[in-house]
Amino acid sequence: MPGEEEKQMQNRRQIGAMVGNHAVAYAVKQAKPTVLSVYPITPQTTMLEKLADYVSTGELNARLIKVESEHSVLATIYGASLAGARVFTATASQGLLYMAEMVYWAGGARVPIVGAIATRAIGPPWSIWTDNQDIMAMRDTAWLQAMAENVQEAYDLTLLAFRISEDKRVLMPMMLGFDGFVLTHTMERLETLDDATVDAFLPKRDYALIDFEDPKGIGAVAGPKTYMDYKYKAKQAMDSAKLSIKEIMAEYNEIAGTNYNTTECYKCEDAEYLLVAMGAWSGDAKAAVDELRQQGKKAGLLKITVFRPFPNEDVLKQAKGKEVIVLDRAYSYGSSGVLALEVKSALYGTQTKVHSVIAGLGGRDVTPQQIEKLVEDCASGTLEDERWLL
Amino acid sequence: MAEENEKELVSMAKPSEGSGGKTGTWRIKRPEIDYDKCTKCDTCVMFCVENVIVKDSESKPVIDYDYCKGCGVCADVCPVKAIEMLNEAK
Amino acid sequence: MSYMLKGTAACPGCPIPKEIEMILEITGKNSVLVVPASCSTIVMGDDTNGQPATVPVVHTAFAASASVASGIEEALEAQGKNANVIVWAGDGSTSDIGFSAVSGAAERNENIMYVCYDNEAYMNTGIQRSSLTPRGAWSTTTPEGKKEAKKLLPFMLMDHKVPYVATLSIAYAFDFQAKIKKAASIKGFRYLHLLSPCPPGWKFDPSLTISIAKLAVDTGIWPLMEYEQGKLRLTGPSNLYANKAKRKPIDEYLKIQGRFKEISPDEKAELEQDVDSLWQEIQERIAGKF
Repeated sequence: MPGEEEKQMQNRRQIGAMVGNHAVAYAVKQAKPTVLSVYPITPQTTMLEKLADYVSTGELNARLIKVESEHSVLATIYGASLAGARVFTATASQGLLYMAEMVYWAGGARVPIVGAIATRAIGPPWSIWTDNQDIMAMRDTAWLQAMAENVQEAYDLTLLAFRISEDKRVLMPMMLGFDGFVLTHTMERLETLDDATVDAFLPKRDYALIDFEDPKGIGAVAGPKTYMDYKYKAKQAMDSAKLSIKEIMAEYNEIAGTNYNTTECYKCEDAEYLLVAMGAWSGDAKAAVDELRQQGKKAGLLKITVFRPFPNEDVLKQAKGKEVIVLDRAYSYGSSGVLALEVKSALYGTQTKVHSVIAGLGGRDVTPQQIEKLVEDCASGTLEDERWLL
Repeated sequence: MAEENEKELVSMAKPSEGSGGKTGTWRIKRPEIDYDKCTKCDTCVMFCVENVIVKDSESKPVIDYDYCKGCGVCADVCPVKAIEMLNEAK
Repeated sequence: MSYMLKGTAACPGCPIPKEIEMILEITGKNSVLVVPASCSTIVMGDDTNGQPATVPVVHTAFAASASVASGIEEALEAQGKNANVIVWAGDGSTSDIGFSAVSGAAERNENIMYVCYDNEAYMNTGIQRSSLTPRGAWSTTTPEGKKEAKKLLPFMLMDHKVPYVATLSIAYAFDFQAKIKKAASIKGFRYLHLLSPCPPGWKFDPSLTISIAKLAVDTGIWPLMEYEQGKLRLTGPSNLYANKAKRKPIDEYLKIQGRFKEISPDEKAELEQDVDSLWQEIQERIAGKF
């Protein structure tokens, strides 16, 4: 319908190209946080520099606290968030681990915060290249977690994160991961919303815990009789967040002409062989699926966009009865690939065969051809229960 | 869980007297002020570490025995030794 | 009005409830206390029994208070709100685990009032040594007495060139409150270091808290000073104690504390030396030699 198209074109005014770090910085600028605290770490640094630029020219009216460590990064924005400010930070790898204590603190305190994780391998060995170990290490912290497939998603998910995290039904911090170098430093086509549209989608934040008229001790001791009740509330909030996230994504899709959901089903409905993946290599997996389909193999991809809360219902619905191959860029030593564990758990009780593939650690490249071969091996019965793609 | 905290998403402590309990029950010794000796200098009021001594309408120091822990600081700082620490058991 | 309601969980003789009352009496209702893991975490009660403070309190992880406070202050200022953001942290948090955050906040001149209440050990976890435990003092981790001298934190903060640094003793209450008042009127990073005697940790009868806080000053062990805009001066009775002859012998201070019971004559001599060096440095700093 011409009217509909026009409306969408109105809202999607700018078509350009940006590297991932700048795309996220641009989204942050549009979200208008008032307090930022960022500590440089590869591969996030060019985002920090862009933000510092915006602040110094006044394009972004925010305070950028240049703290002395990542632990202080999250401590400062936790404090600022308690006082009612919209806040943002970005980090990776060692930095995320160094702030881990405060990540748990923010999650437990149920305050809106948005953090971008430029995913990067954890040392030793020292590595600046991508994998998902860092963001997966934070999966128990009561933060919402999402992963971007490309620069466009990194931009959109950033805006979505501010809105989701501040939603009164949610009130949880949210982190979005986007692959280090592969997305942070790669230039891709990007459609950005205009400022007015973003303003309408992201109303001014209205939530603070510090109240001089009604003073309280925030985060005080809670004995055995009460502690667990707060954790149960967090669990309930996480569960109900699944619905809130879908609703907010639907609203965004209307405005932006996008198609976000907690998972993406790419040629998966009638697939016999179902790849499950998150992050940048989902794009490579899609390419592999297309090639396999050309060859007559019924391959498909279930892309996980929102990892926390884990979309078990979607996974159960799409994966049940298929031959599943989970691609993992993070491993729980002594057990299994992290995503594989979640997928198997979602499929508990069904007779679904799940193969776990561990690949791409420390930035090792994984090509669509390698992914195709996994499906081929699966079809010929030579794909193990767990394969490390070395 | 306490009713007021039902809606709190994280632990919140509201301003309350006796947050440490009825701390007067901790006492082994109990301060007694001899008002004949007392010069109303306010030293005990100033230095009572638990903030349980206040001045009444006649500026006399009054101890709240519900919360006084019997530490003896007031007796120690009183410049005219008007406060005696007596055995609580008596 | 009362800012610290009575009946706290503090030990008998613990000066914390009075110290906080004295601060908030000056800074008022528009104050928020930022409290890291410490005795004060417990003194501030819990979700079931409430807290003694009648102002907002933000509990934080051990190393985080200087940074959490910075974030709170930046956010309030961005909203055009004026409030006193006050860190109330122990010696362990300030001098050890949280030191980099303190240094960072000081270097950035964050607009917060940082009060270190120094009971000279990790008291909340049962009397383990910190870098602010004095030489020769017993603790559970230094049962033969601490070998190292007390770290001179106030000087280190002066070397960050912050607008205001002061040392306080609860025994000299007017000096104490005058410094809080002065600090509250200044913008930027203000560091107040308060010696806070601890009956169970220092092993003295709980009635002696104020007397010991006074002796610390009168023996010269704890000088009362004020550093403002680059200039250092002694305050109150410490003006007298620049003259060693006017100071009480440190033995008077040591002999009533069980934590110094086993101190050897050599260690005592070293402690005397520490005090002499401290006063030497004070004089040099007053003369502008730093």
